[in-house]
Amino acid sequence: MPAAVARWRSLVTPMLSRHLGLALGAFILLLLLSSQIGAYDDYNLAAVAIFAIATAGLNLLTGVNGQLSLGHGALMAVGAYSTSLMLRGHDLPLILVLLASLAAASLVGAVFGVAAARLRGPYLAGATLALAVGLPQIATRYSHVFGGEEGLTVPPPTAPGWLGADFPPERWLAWIAIAAALVTMVLLDNLLQSSVGRTFKAVRDHEAAAALAGINVARTQVIAFVISSACAGLAGSLFAYWAGLTAPAGFGVALSLQLVSAIVIGGLGSLSGAVWGSIVLVYVPALTSGMASSLKLPSAVGNNLPLLIYGAVLVVAMLVVPDGIDGGLRRLFALARARLAGATTNHKGVVDWDDPAGS
Amino acid sequence: MEQPTLDVADLTVRFGGVLALDHVSLRAEANEIHGIIGPNGAGKTTLFNAVCGFVRPERGTIRYRGEALLGTAPHQLAQLGIARTLQGLGLWPGLTVLENVLVGSRVRPNFVASLLAMPRADRLERRLRDQAIQVLEELGIASVAGTLPGALPYGVQKRVIIARALMAAPDLLLLDEPASGLSAGDIERLAELVGRLRQRMSVVVVEHHVDLVMAISQRITVLNFGAVIASGTPAEIRGNRQVSAAYLGEDVTTAEGGASA
Ligand SMILES: Nc1ncnc2c1ncn2[C@@H]1O[C@H](COP(=O)(O)OP(=O)(O)OP(=O)(O)O)[C@@H](O)[C@H]1O
Ligand SMILES: [Mg+2]
Repeated sequence: MPAAVARWRSLVTPMLSRHLGLALGAFILLLLLSSQIGAYDDYNLAAVAIFAIATAGLNLLTGVNGQLSLGHGALMAVGAYSTSLMLRGHDLPLILVLLASLAAASLVGAVFGVAAARLRGPYLAGATLALAVGLPQIATRYSHVFGGEEGLTVPPPTAPGWLGADFPPERWLAWIAIAAALVTMVLLDNLLQSSVGRTFKAVRDHEAAAALAGINVARTQVIAFVISSACAGLAGSLFAYWAGLTAPAGFGVALSLQLVSAIVIGGLGSLSGAVWGSIVLVYVPALTSGMASSLKLPSAVGNNLPLLIYGAVLVVAMLVVPDGIDGGLRRLFALARARLAGATTNHKGVVDWDDPAGS
Repeated sequence: MEQPTLDVADLTVRFGGVLALDHVSLRAEANEIHGIIGPNGAGKTTLFNAVCGFVRPERGTIRYRGEALLGTAPHQLAQLGIARTLQGLGLWPGLTVLENVLVGSRVRPNFVASLLAMPRADRLERRLRDQAIQVLEELGIASVAGTLPGALPYGVQKRVIIARALMAAPDLLLLDEPASGLSAGDIERLAELVGRLRQRMSVVVVEHHVDLVMAISQRITVLNFGAVIASGTPAEIRGNRQVSAAYLGEDVTTAEGGASA
C-alpha cells in the first residue's frame, strides 16, 4: 500500500492532486444536487456548466491574456455546427463528437488568431465582432449544408442503460456538461498556475517587457486564442445537444456579447469569475422570464424584460463590484480574515516586509 | 583576442526627419561596465532599441560576441544571453514580485507538461522558484516576493526590474537609467551591485547620473544629438571640453558630425 502511495506521489504533483480532489468533490456534490432537482433545473444546471466552459476560455483570453474577443459566440457556433453535422445520419460516440467539435473550433481559432495577433484593442474587438456577425451567415448562405435559418436538429445524448430506462435525459446531459466543465477547469487552472499563465499575463501587462524576457508575444497570443477557441468549441458542441437544434439565430452577436458581459460580471481573469458569470447568465434571464409571464405584461414589454434586467444587472454589478463577483467575494474574504487575524494576533503579519527601500 | 561582447559600428537611425543616431560606434568588452551618457533626447534609449531589434537602423552593424545581431527579433535576445531593463520600469503589475522574476528566466516548462501538471513541470517550477528567491535575496527584496509590485516604493520596484533581468543569467545586461528616481543610499547600493555583476557579465548602462557612471564604468561613450562626441575612460571623459560643453548647454559648433542637427 505505501508503495502505491509513493507511486501516486511521484506521478501526481501536489497541484494536480489538489485540482483533481477539488474537481472530484465538486463532481460528486453536483451529481447529488442534480439528482435532487427537477428536469427544468437540471436543464439550467447543464446550461451553467456549458457557459462556464465558454466563459472560462474567454476569460483566459480576455482577462488573463488581455485580448478582447467579441466573437466567441461564432466559435461556439463552429463547435455546435460540427456536432450537428457529425450527428446527421450517424450515431457517433459522444466523446468523439465533443473532441472533434473542439478540434474544429481550435482550427478556426488558430487561423483567426494568427490574423488577430497583429491587431490590438479596438481593432481586435472589431475583427472579432466581424467574426460574430459573419460566421452565422455562412450557415444561411450554404443552407443545403447547414440547414439555413431552420438549422439542424441534434438528437439528445442517450443515458447508459445501467442508469435505468426512465433516467431523465436532462439530468444525463447535466452530468456530461458538469464533467466536461470540471475537466476544462482542471486543465485551465493547471495552465494558469504554471509558467504559461504567467507568460499570458506578462504579455497582457507589458508587451515590450515580455518580449525582452524572451516571450514570443504573437505566438503567445495565438496560443491563448486557440485554447479559448477550443473551450468555445466544446461548449458549442454541448450547447447543440442541450438545445437539440443548431440554428444561426442561436449564435448571433448577442451571444458573443453575453459571454463578454458574463466574465465582466463574474470577474475578469479568474475561473471562478467565469462560473459566477455563467450562473448570472443563465439564472437572471430564467428568473426574469418567469417573472415577465407571471406579471402578464404586454408581449412587447415582456419579451424584452429579461434583456432589460440583464442589462441592469450588468450596470449595477459594474458599479458595485467593478472587479466582478469573484473580486468582490475575495475582498470580502480578505476583510473577514483580516478581522479574525487582527482579533487574535494583534496585527502581526499585516505588513510583513521590513521596508526594503532601506530608507 | 577575445571578441567584444557588444560591437556597434556606424549605426544610424532616423525617425522621419529626426536623426536619432548618427554613425554611432561603440564597443563593450567582456566583463566591462560601459557607461553611456548624454542629454535628454541624445539617442541613448534608441541605441538600446536598435540593439534589441525594436527599431530598424538605416545603416550600420551590431555584433554580439562576434555574431551579427541585426534582424534578431526582441524575444530572441534572452536566449542569446542579452537582458535589458526599460527606462519606464515595464513591470507586469498583475504578477507578484516573485512571478515577475520567474518570467525573467530563460528556462520554461513546456506547454503540455504545464497543461497536465506533470511532475517534470513541477520539479522545474520548484527549481526556478529557488533560483528566483536567490536573485531576490541578492537584491535584498526577498521579503516582498509575494507582493504585487504596484504596492511597493519606487526604489524597490527598480530592484525588481533588475532582479528580473538577472534571472536570465545574461552575458550582456543593458540598463536604461537604473538610478533615476533613487535615493542616494539606493544609488550607492546600485553601484555596488553593478560592480559585482561585472564578474559575471558585461553591463552597458545608460544614465544621467554622471557621478555614478564615472564611478562604475571602465569606459564611457558620450552621445549628443545622436552622435558620439567622446568616448574613453572616466578620467578622459571628465577632462573632455566638448562633454562639459554639452552638459553645460553651451553651443558646440566645433563638434564634427552635425551636433546642431
Ligand atoms: N519611436 C520613435 N519615433 C519617433 N521618434 C523617436 C522614437 N524614439 C525616439 N525618438 C526620438 O529620437 C530622439 C532620441 O530619443 P531617445 O529616447 O533615444 O533619447 P534618450 O537619449 O534616451 O533621452 P532620455 O535621456 O530623455 O531618455 C528624440 O528626439 C526622440 O524624440
Ligand atoms: Mg532614454
